Amino acid sequence: MKRRDVLKGISLSALGLAGLNPQVKAAELADEVANNKDPEFKQFGRTEYEKMRDAKLFAEQFFNPHEMKTISVLVDIIIPRDERSGSATEAGVPEFIEFMAKDKPDFQTPLRGGLGWIDNEAQKRFGKVFVDITPAQRIEIVEDIAYPERKKPGMSHGVVFFSLMRNLTASGFWSSKIGMADIGYQGNTPNTWDGVPEEVLRQYGLG
Amino acid sequence: MERFQIKESPVTYDVIVIGSGAGGGMAVHELTKAGAKVCLLEAGQHYDPADPKYITQLKWSYESPRRGAGTRYRPFGDFDAAYGGWDIEGEPYTTKDNTKFRWFRSRMLGGRTNHWGRISLRFGPQDFKRKSIDGLGDDWPIGYEDVAPFYDEVDKLIGVFGSVENLPNDPDSIFLPPPKPRLHEHLLLKGNKNLGIKTIPSRLSILTKAINDERGTCFYCNQCNRSCIAYADFSSSSCLCKPAMKTLNLGVIYFAMAREVLTDPQTGLANGVSYVDTQTMEEKTVRGRIVVLAASACESARLLLNSKSARFPEGLANSSGVVGKYLHDSTGSSRGAIVPMLFDRKRYNEDGVGGMHVYSPWWLDNKKLDFPRGYHIEYWGGMGMPAYGFGWGIENVNGMFPDRKGATREAGGYGASLKDDYRHFYGAYIGMGGRGEAIAREDNYCEIDPEKVDKFGIPVLRFHYKWSDYERLQAKHMHQTFEQIIHELGGIPLSPTPTAEQDYGLNLPGEIIHEVGTIRMGDDPNKSALNKWQQAHDVKNLFVVDAAPFVSQGDKNCTWTILALSMRASRYIVEERKAGRL
Repeated sequence: MKRRDVLKGISLSALGLAGLNPQVKAAELADEVANNKDPEFKQFGRTEYEKMRDAKLFAEQFFNPHEMKTISVLVDIIIPRDERSGSATEAGVPEFIEFMAKDKPDFQTPLRGGLGWIDNEAQKRFGKVFVDITPAQRIEIVEDIAYPERKKPGMSHGVVFFSLMRNLTASGFWSSKIGMADIGYQGNTPNTWDGVPEEVLRQYGLG
Repeated sequence: MERFQIKESPVTYDVIVIGSGAGGGMAVHELTKAGAKVCLLEAGQHYDPADPKYITQLKWSYESPRRGAGTRYRPFGDFDAAYGGWDIEGEPYTTKDNTKFRWFRSRMLGGRTNHWGRISLRFGPQDFKRKSIDGLGDDWPIGYEDVAPFYDEVDKLIGVFGSVENLPNDPDSIFLPPPKPRLHEHLLLKGNKNLGIKTIPSRLSILTKAINDERGTCFYCNQCNRSCIAYADFSSSSCLCKPAMKTLNLGVIYFAMAREVLTDPQTGLANGVSYVDTQTMEEKTVRGRIVVLAASACESARLLLNSKSARFPEGLANSSGVVGKYLHDSTGSSRGAIVPMLFDRKRYNEDGVGGMHVYSPWWLDNKKLDFPRGYHIEYWGGMGMPAYGFGWGIENVNGMFPDRKGATREAGGYGASLKDDYRHFYGAYIGMGGRGEAIAREDNYCEIDPEKVDKFGIPVLRFHYKWSDYERLQAKHMHQTFEQIIHELGGIPLSPTPTAEQDYGLNLPGEIIHEVGTIRMGDDPNKSALNKWQQAHDVKNLFVVDAAPFVSQGDKNCTWTILALSMRASRYIVEERKAGRL
């Protein structure tokens, strides 16, 4: 059922009238919000200042092409494609990280510096930057920085950088359309909440 | 009428109301209904959650390039319906003596009510008479019985869901049906019962049933903080200001930053308000016979302290010297946990209303404890919409549990197994926060900074605020309780027990956004600024209807009491005016 119809259904059962009430207007709006027909909806309720600021951030580029390429390789190591869903790059994670670096400038130095750290590490070990070494060589480095409790000597800066990349990648991936479908989020739509499904209550001994 | 803006004031209004949040909204609603010609000054812009240009409800995280992350301009997230925040460009505030105080302001019609948690608790009989119980602070000049009829009216006018419990100090409202618990809330109900921690349906001003044909009913999207396109949640803009505009008795001046309340030097009565048009930076004046302050506890105190004249050298309505003093916010401290029995949950739509479906009102007797005042507990959890911050810090969690095949994981990681961990843990996080009563103290205050002005040239506030052991020991108790609750669910806290050096995890004062007490009411004009009708002792046509008049906070949230008291004060204004005394 369309969300518009669900909402109207709520209004009809609750009020017994249609056409005059705010539920119907809300239903129309919910439909508009879902379909983004009107340009006003596309800007998701931005104030004039926010619109200006976001446009400015979009017009800037923080990471250079090499850094963007390194980010793309790293985020797909963190969240690869599997049988359930696509990879971090398919979910737009590199673009999200680029935006966040401009939106929260505190990220800029740790991210740029971390990318430099990992290139330097690759150079030392394999004589080439991270994107130019083989997938197996990349994993060799990642294995040394992906597990904070291993505390491998000389790797602490890489560990901190990788944790930041992991967290940004998770934020960007799971909040994307494909991430939400994968994790099974079923909300953000008009509905009638009638409690936890019976079989779930039984599963937890609450039935 | 909605967009009507006055360029200059051609008329003298019956009443000028400053601020359009809960207190101001209720005042304009009641006063315009009674036929008064009212001018509402709002420092921010127009706002209507059902106007497409403001709508954030039902948007997906990925429609925001920052995936819903907060910004300086929307600290509670990119979709949150509060324009302003802790740190507004050109509108600073300062602190002294190493005070850390944070002040949240919303610059928009409806103020902070557009995004708040809709937690709508009545104060109980004891909350008005704490000094008589424990000797600390002061009693209010009124009691529960004075406010009860207005709580009843607010319940019916605005709507609140909940359950009848007959608790001694958490009076029941006239309730709409509460929503059923979510899964983690069922588990909390069961676990807390074993622990003897009273846990009951929450009390939120969200319409689970229609109450009139102006507002729709809840469609369970969990997004009340974005303000509702169906007006199914209470916000002052939608539920009070909008109907007031329809009476045609209300003129709204947006972008009007009040500078001073003006007084007649002969009579000493308020006769207008000067303000800065924030768009043009012009100084303007509006004239009125009665002035009602509802700019928020701190902003209203600032206005009075800045309204100095030969007759009122210490600021208006401040012959007692109490204006700005007795500032107190609710205490707050919170804890998160992960609950292994919720791993790999069956998926379904668990959004529910915006906020918790169950909560714990204060359930213990302070006479048997080492701190004087209580707290309530709010809970969160469930299968919410992933947004910025989702899965953050998984490296601190995933090493603690075997994976779904029983194999040991190493903390952190990458690749397919990491990807699966996020699925495994989804919906297994819960959290809880205590919200308690602090003691009102004369030496916690805001005052005018002697040097700094804001970009409008208005002297800014300077805060001095310290927690005492009353609050620290209360927070310590909160964490002991949280740990019991988490343990009972078989969960693991996500952070260690906060220490004494960390004030037992107390939020900074101001952070709970329940500031009250700065223009307190009382029977003694030497110890209070307002009488029991929230009318200034010194200036009889000046009233304050936000949370500034509160003598004490209670272990509740302040909004429902702001609304009831504003309604009560507004009715008094109407009666006094009709009787020719105003």
